[in-house]
Amino acid sequence: MTQNVIYERPESMVDIRLHYCPGCGHGTVHRLICEAVDELGMREKTIGIAPVGCAVSAYDYFDFDVCEAAHGRAAAVATGIKRAMPDHLVISYQGDGDLASIGMGETIHAANRGENITVIFINNANYGMTGGQMAPTTLVGQVTTTTASGRNPLTEGYPIRMAELISNLTAVKYAVRTTVADVKGVRETKKAILKAFKLQIEGKGYSFVEVLSNCNTNWKMTPVDSNKHVTDVLAAAFPPGVYKDEYKE
Amino acid sequence: MSKRVMMKGNIALAEGAVIAGCRFYFGYPITPQNEIPEYMSSRLPEIGGTFVQAESELASINMVLGAASTGARAMTTTSSPGFSLMQEGVSYLAACHLPCLLANVQRGGPGLGNINASQADYFQATKGGGHGDYHTIVLAPNSPQEMMDFAILGFELADKYRTPSLILSDGVIGLMMESVEVRDDYKPNFPSKPWALTGCKDRPKNVIRSLWLDQDGVPLNNDKLQAKYREIEKNEIRYEEYLTEDAEAVIIAYGLSSRISRDVIEHMRGEGHKVGLFRPITLYPFPYKRIAELAGKGVKKILTVEMSAGQMVEDVRLAVECKIQVEFYGELGGYFPSEAEIYKRMKALLK
Repeated sequence: MTQNVIYERPESMVDIRLHYCPGCGHGTVHRLICEAVDELGMREKTIGIAPVGCAVSAYDYFDFDVCEAAHGRAAAVATGIKRAMPDHLVISYQGDGDLASIGMGETIHAANRGENITVIFINNANYGMTGGQMAPTTLVGQVTTTTASGRNPLTEGYPIRMAELISNLTAVKYAVRTTVADVKGVRETKKAILKAFKLQIEGKGYSFVEVLSNCNTNWKMTPVDSNKHVTDVLAAAFPPGVYKDEYKE
Repeated sequence: MSKRVMMKGNIALAEGAVIAGCRFYFGYPITPQNEIPEYMSSRLPEIGGTFVQAESELASINMVLGAASTGARAMTTTSSPGFSLMQEGVSYLAACHLPCLLANVQRGGPGLGNINASQADYFQATKGGGHGDYHTIVLAPNSPQEMMDFAILGFELADKYRTPSLILSDGVIGLMMESVEVRDDYKPNFPSKPWALTGCKDRPKNVIRSLWLDQDGVPLNNDKLQAKYREIEKNEIRYEEYLTEDAEAVIIAYGLSSRISRDVIEHMRGEGHKVGLFRPITLYPFPYKRIAELAGKGVKKILTVEMSAGQMVEDVRLAVECKIQVEFYGELGGYFPSEAEIYKRMKALLK
């Protein structure tokens, strides 16, 4: 009996069990990144940046070179790496607290310089690793461990829409928002990551892929319910779409 | 062949880094060290290097971390308030065993302080500065010539031990002009860096990290760091002595304070006093042993002179274990010690 392999582990992904909570979107996005790196034949010329947060352990799962960054500093570290290794694919992988709060300065300025890097931004509307505190992307009224009565916009402001903000910068070439809450979203996310990497390899400049994801543990939902929450609630506040694309096909 | 050129200390440091093979500079403007980023912004592109004006000191130190992680010789420079901002990154660089060159051209503090020369960042420089158990190698130049020489030495030591080197200078050494011998014939020795992030071609992946959530990872990394610091303490202590052979009293001073003190020693020798100058060049590792030897073979009294409220003097007292008299004279917040005041203090000490 002959068998056709139609689905397998990407070479860029280490064959071990992920530490992420069952149902978490991080594993999905890791896999999509690894698939894209493999498809572009870039595994041996890729350098990743692991952020502070749940995804700091990305270096246990990516089978390519990875540098850890201090909380929020990933875009600065990516800048240093890319300037020294301009022909390598440099991927900065960051969460919402890291990218949009403590690292907002580094995020905006790396984008504004037009660094030829790709930033993958996982937005799950809270600080996952530290136990579900308010993030800059936490929705109005959302209960977190530091907003027990829900985020109050009078004192805590409003969720920051990063893809929109980044897309306003002249040097940014590609800025999109997708989700990994359903199959369609996963496919679009893969397409966006692949395009962002291609643009970088071609020297086209800065690319930003925001991915709406879940945090079922801290949201206190089942994985299925949390994905539905991403589609019904998160995506309403952060509409998926292409916010900037200077290289439309 | 080398040549002599009139140079500001800050420019000498920058050109020294270029001679050492540094091609990556990341920095943020702050007085009194702005000559360095300004010079690098035109000098590095001439030789295929990269200058990036970062959005903050937080960003510049982390850009250095990124470039250093690829094995490149990378650097940043700043002055006191900016160096405080960099401490997070310095801790990560040390924890990740990443070589690089840093310089703090000190100004008056605390807070925003002023833009005059100061030596008030000694504790921060020599005891770690950021969180966790670490040191950087600390070199204290007292002339534009040493600004250049220590930039080269700093990169060599950083690569040798895989650790950040720090040049602890001040606003006067940075801005004074003197004749500098430029080492045109210097050939940088780039050691191989198998740990660097260069892409995992024909080798397993490399990871630069400082986090281990398992039981043993962080203690093991600390053991490695401490073993390295013991090696540095064994091999790299540097100091200069002036007329200490028969001295009964010595001044201990580094950087700008050592230059002012040296004139006083010269004057007092003319008056027949048995006095000398001991100048630590490496502030970490500190020359505890040599100071203890001096105290054991005839030196009975020490005056420590600093532009601080008394920081290095603590290490001097540790070195002599309170067996001999150690006095302190300091000027704060950007004032310099005067020759007249040092002379007065030495005369009082000799009574």
